[in-house]
Amino acid sequence: MTALLSVQNLSVSFTTYGRRIEVLKSVSLDVPEGAQIALVGESGSGKSVTMKTIMGILPQPPAKIDGGAIFFDGRDLLTLPERERLKLRGTAMSMVFQDPMSSLNPVFTIYDQLGTILKYADRRLGRNRSGKERKARVLDVLAQVRMRDPERVAASFPIMLSGGMRQRVLIAMALLSEPRLLIADEPGTALDVTTQAQILKLLKDLVTEKGLALLMITHNLGVVRETSGYTYVMNKGEIVEHGPTAGIFEAPKEAYTRDLIAAVPRLTGRDQ
Amino acid sequence: MEFLGFLVRRLLWSLLVLFGLSIVIFTIARIVPGDPARMALGPTASAEQVADLQEKLGLNKPMVEQYGLFLTGLTQGELGRSLLTEQSVNSDIRKTFPATLELVISTILFAFVLGVPLGVAAARWKDRWPDTLVRAIAIFSAVLPAFFLALLLQILAGYVLNILPTTGRLPASMSFDADITGLILIDSLLRGRFDVMGEAARHLLLPTLALGLATMGQIARITRASMIDVSRQDYIEAARAFGVPDRLRMFKYMLRPAFVPPLTITGLEFASLIGNAFVVELIFSWPGMASYGIRAIVQKDLNAIMGVVMVSGAFFVFVNLMIDVLVGVVDPRVRIRGSRT
Repeated sequence: MTALLSVQNLSVSFTTYGRRIEVLKSVSLDVPEGAQIALVGESGSGKSVTMKTIMGILPQPPAKIDGGAIFFDGRDLLTLPERERLKLRGTAMSMVFQDPMSSLNPVFTIYDQLGTILKYADRRLGRNRSGKERKARVLDVLAQVRMRDPERVAASFPIMLSGGMRQRVLIAMALLSEPRLLIADEPGTALDVTTQAQILKLLKDLVTEKGLALLMITHNLGVVRETSGYTYVMNKGEIVEHGPTAGIFEAPKEAYTRDLIAAVPRLTGRDQ
Repeated sequence: MEFLGFLVRRLLWSLLVLFGLSIVIFTIARIVPGDPARMALGPTASAEQVADLQEKLGLNKPMVEQYGLFLTGLTQGELGRSLLTEQSVNSDIRKTFPATLELVISTILFAFVLGVPLGVAAARWKDRWPDTLVRAIAIFSAVLPAFFLALLLQILAGYVLNILPTTGRLPASMSFDADITGLILIDSLLRGRFDVMGEAARHLLLPTLALGLATMGQIARITRASMIDVSRQDYIEAARAFGVPDRLRMFKYMLRPAFVPPLTITGLEFASLIGNAFVVELIFSWPGMASYGIRAIVQKDLNAIMGVVMVSGAFFVFVNLMIDVLVGVVDPRVRIRGSRT
């Protein structure tokens, strides 16, 4: 079976002030249709660059893709013309942003932002949807992320919503155009632990319910254990270990992975 | 509803500011050295004459009582009599204020309408030639004093090229009574006198440029910085990741949140604009309130000084109130919270 998303030997470098730094070194990973995959690593390990390269939002320059391929549904995104690529971005593959406080435009209502995204997604895909149908779709998606009063949320400015609600709006944003692949960038990290747990559960439920493929990017191994069946561990721009999540937790092969696992706080207050 | 509360709060603040201003200007006018009565009558007047005038002006009453009289006059819109023109300050200001208003409005429009797009362009092509050009203009205009620019423009456009008039609001041959708003451009339009309108615009051009270039540069600079700041926000990246087209991102998602700093700076620039207007009016023989104010200060014409300061103060406060309202319209956070973080 071929994977829905297959990253093969991806290398990316950044050039700043005349110095070239390799950020991704021949990264390969697969996300099969409907699977829940995690990519873990500490800050600066290259997770976000991987994600941005997949989404096609890497700022170039300073970044440069030195080699590799990203297959989505059998087509290489890196050689795809921009027009074709745009048809996938935010639609077939979309993304849950990390920070609910800064990822929503403060001066527009939730409906304004979600409606605009949907409008342009429809236009790119040649779909016809009236303003009324668009509104209905936005309200429907807000209801799917368990908003009690979608009408009110849609009419609100971000500042009027709590962090948890804003994070759910970000999930709704990602679900608008019925994606097949969802990339989640440490969702809920900016929230308190209880709310984060709720958000992760919601995300997992939705993904399972809809049969979406999920690539969860995180530095938190606790999150990995909860949300994914297969895990890639990343360090300094390289995939250092990968395998079924349970196996990685039981018998980590790499010293780096063991360190990551040891870094997860425990209730007993003791480890090793 | 929340917006109404916001407006009421701002309005009350404005009144408080004006009240404070009245105290400050009254105090300053009374503590500066020199006897206004003596200044008005000249060195040859006798001591009795001076004492008479002091009596008439109420200068020998206690300070608090004098302030009380001043404030009572203010609330009734009565600013007293000018020692210099021997007219009521009210009628002097009514005669001169529209000219200044016309100049200041056209300056602000010029600075804003040109400054914002320049700033946007500089941000859009950051570190490329449009950016360099805009930044050069901004710095150039900031270091060039208004009076120097005024003289330069006068010499260049007026004498060397001889294409634009350099003094007054209208040619001497043209008589027009701006009796509706006092603004010649508007009144001539309302009366259908397009010949007058054209001339008024030609006369307005150089003073506007001289007065407005620095403000325009300032607005362009602030707009640029603000746009760049917003362009780095997560929500702009999010919009990109969801395929919102470039142009829409630029002009809607970025410009709207980036619009507040240029608006605010425009309000603040008003203060320096009124200050610079003194010089520009003088150079272009513009019959405005600023040049009237200068004469008042030089002659220590107390009522006229206080009148001019109160009117410009009220004008400044009013403009900033309007700007607060605009900021509230642009940024919902301001209406909801009453402030911006």
